Amino acid sequence: MRKPAATCREIRMPQHNIVVVGGGLAGQAASMSLAQAGASVHLVSLVPVRRSHSVCAQGGINAVNTLTRQQGDSEWLHFDDTVYGGDFLQHQPPVKEMCDWAPRVIDLLDRLGVTFNRTVDGYRDHRRFGGTLYKRTAFAGATTGQQLLYALDEQTRRWETEGAVTKHEYHDFLGPILDDQGVCRGAVIQDMVSMEIKALPAEALVLATGGNGLIYGRTTMSTICTGSAGARAFQAGVRYANGEFIQVHPTAIPGTDKLRLMSESARGEGGRVWVPRKKGDTRDPREIPENERYYFLEERYPEYGNLVPRDIATREIFDVCVNMGLSVEEERQCVYLDVTELPAKTLHKLEGILEIYEKFQGVDPRTMPMKIFPAVHYTMGGLWVDYEKNESVGGLVLGSPRNQQTNVPGLFAIGEADYHYNGANRLGANSLLSCIFSGLIASESVLNYADGAKRVDKSSIAESAASRHRESFEALKQKSGKENAYKLHQELGVSMTKNVTVVRHNKAIAETLDKIEELTDRYEHVGIPDAQTWTNQSLYFTRAVGDMLLMGRVIAKGAMLRDECRGAHYKPEFDIPSPHSDDPAELREQAIEWCKAFQARNDKWLKTTIAEHKGRDPRFSYEDVDTSLIPPRPRTYGLKGAEIIEEMWRESFMRKPQPAS
Amino acid sequence: MPRTITVHIQRQDTPDSAPYTQTFAVPYEKGLNITSVLQRIAADPVTIDGERVAPVAYDACCLEEVCGACSMVINGHVRQACSALVDALLEQEPEIRLQPMSKFPVNRDLFVDRSRLFKSLKRVKAWAPVEDYSDRGPGPGMLPKEQEEAYPLARCMSCGCCLEACPQFNDKIPFVGPHALGQTMLFNTIPHGQPLVVDRLDVMAASDGITACGNAQNCAKVCPKGVPLLQAIAWIGRKTTNHALRTALRR
Repeated sequence: MRKPAATCREIRMPQHNIVVVGGGLAGQAASMSLAQAGASVHLVSLVPVRRSHSVCAQGGINAVNTLTRQQGDSEWLHFDDTVYGGDFLQHQPPVKEMCDWAPRVIDLLDRLGVTFNRTVDGYRDHRRFGGTLYKRTAFAGATTGQQLLYALDEQTRRWETEGAVTKHEYHDFLGPILDDQGVCRGAVIQDMVSMEIKALPAEALVLATGGNGLIYGRTTMSTICTGSAGARAFQAGVRYANGEFIQVHPTAIPGTDKLRLMSESARGEGGRVWVPRKKGDTRDPREIPENERYYFLEERYPEYGNLVPRDIATREIFDVCVNMGLSVEEERQCVYLDVTELPAKTLHKLEGILEIYEKFQGVDPRTMPMKIFPAVHYTMGGLWVDYEKNESVGGLVLGSPRNQQTNVPGLFAIGEADYHYNGANRLGANSLLSCIFSGLIASESVLNYADGAKRVDKSSIAESAASRHRESFEALKQKSGKENAYKLHQELGVSMTKNVTVVRHNKAIAETLDKIEELTDRYEHVGIPDAQTWTNQSLYFTRAVGDMLLMGRVIAKGAMLRDECRGAHYKPEFDIPSPHSDDPAELREQAIEWCKAFQARNDKWLKTTIAEHKGRDPRFSYEDVDTSLIPPRPRTYGLKGAEIIEEMWRESFMRKPQPAS
Repeated sequence: MPRTITVHIQRQDTPDSAPYTQTFAVPYEKGLNITSVLQRIAADPVTIDGERVAPVAYDACCLEEVCGACSMVINGHVRQACSALVDALLEQEPEIRLQPMSKFPVNRDLFVDRSRLFKSLKRVKAWAPVEDYSDRGPGPGMLPKEQEEAYPLARCMSCGCCLEACPQFNDKIPFVGPHALGQTMLFNTIPHGQPLVVDRLDVMAASDGITACGNAQNCAKVCPKGVPLLQAIAWIGRKTTNHALRTALRR
């Protein structure tokens, strides 16, 4: 079996044709390592790959480093923070493997020329991010995603000049080519300029197509993040996992076209979140004295403070704004994010994001607290992929063709498009890591799969797949109903944002499901406002709206069915009431009851949601999660008052962990 | 503030057809930027004369001025549409004019083909030529001062604004363009790029390199990210001269 790409360099025969769709961090990491291993890569992207959504990542990338190690940190603790942060919904072997690789991934990026910030004596500098007590996050200013993407983009360009990578930019992925055994033999794509539809036959197909935030209308995601590629794979038979887990980032700034992220690094560098203690306080925030400010995250979570995980920070903002009525702006959840007291040297490290705030809001955040709002940000769920566990060390069997492969043979998924690494909530600065890691390890799995796959003549199945897509495209072009795809999308976004985000109620989710039903009916009567047969962007957008309606249903229905609270999925109806008695014995009893309820909840719901495409209504089932390495435990982050739960859990409920190697 | 914003858009149906202008009236909202205006026109593409027309084609992606996609000419100035705020534009001029960048072939409307920009990055070998992607430990260290010099160059988002503004970047001269000069300086200064320093200086000394730069200095004025292009031009000028002298002496 081939060794993982990042550990050896051998060019092997025969040369495999591999199609990679998506040119963000995951897709480019896979492309460059596939090229290095001698594959012929076809890299397909909606935009020039250098403009992929990964550029929007700001804060950094996590790994254990020499400094944190001296403070007692280890790969195991990074792994523990990640699964605890994800509320134990991840299969643990892939996550363990990722955390073990993290220092090597950063070293590799360092060798590729990423301009990581430096300490005085030239070492990589680190900052703290949410959900950990260690400074694990390496960064390049506040545009880390951009800097990492450029490093990989430069490598892919280098392989392009050597003929190992062929780029198909401004191309839309229409679907996989499947043979009559259901094995994936390439992809059908469409040139978005000439509108030509063509088949790319290949030994394997890798989808690195990112998140699907645009289902929520305006989010922190780029215009291309419709999730349509994932939806098309789903329709072709790929299972979709944990769709209901969507990250709402606590700090963004609103815009009429998108919501712009204000990185967690602002808090990582010492920024503080607060609201005036007095309801409806209209004073200039700079005039409000310290004792009249409510630093609610610091007061409620003394240990983690402003750096609790995102799902918790977002819910606390909701609580302070909606339940307590302390929002800084009427009708919207708005709190202050204050970096005005940070020293100039620290602000300099945040230049990239402070510039965005200043440019788009017209206010200087160095002297005036920023007004920030929660916004849909990341897709934790994604295409279902397999893995092979290394039974002796608990991580992965590297190079196993099962790693990152979906249930459709020959079709792989990596990056935000898969579901493996982030569970019910992603920790900040783990996404860049999971994207690059999954891209790097996938390349060997893909090639080992291709080595073992039966070679068939693909030309006729490829051509018939392409002609099927040509037919449905012709049908779409003929649509002349009175419904407007842009308006349908807007209505979908409003309903999803209102009912399927931070706090979820079944009644409200049902409303959204009804709305999706209505929108799906109306979509049948959509009209295409542009008759041109050249660069017709309305056609592509209309097609993507159909995909968003489908996946919106997967998200909302999954949320409806999951009657519990886990990570970003919060249903107050099913919350377990916290121990509250003043009498110590009774408090103890309540805590024991709490732990019992928690255990029962895990027995029922510590499961992966699996959706399968069956016509309009997806079919749902549930799959056990591999928690063999770190036993699940209550996720409290040292919340004031939760000490008793943690104590009771340790005393009487906790499963004995298996010895870590 | 007006109730509607008047937007004149230069359109072109195909690469070979003639450009024409259409005017739209978009309902005013506080805080609009040009990409929002284009989104609103796409949702309801009716001209000021009441004619229903095809939505305007344009390029956009991140909408927060970090991907470089939405460059266009707005009221005569090349810039990113996402960070062009309507309120600020209206303070300067009562109406808004949108045109595609003129230095690149038009695909359709405001959407142009910038592949020449990426070809230049290949030409100057803007990459670190690592042996492989194995685990070989960390890269060459950098002092904060070196990082502080490299990072601004590394923030170039390949938007093409500098190329639009550069008088030497046109279809008569085979110039790699100012952005590629910035990338050349980046990779010739950081330790990672050292193995290809001479290759890049050879390109700089060729007819499409620094010699094609007329030093008009427009590039730095229009760069949305403040990439130190003038510094790059001066630095490459010096290095290329030395390189050429050394090459001549060696003969």
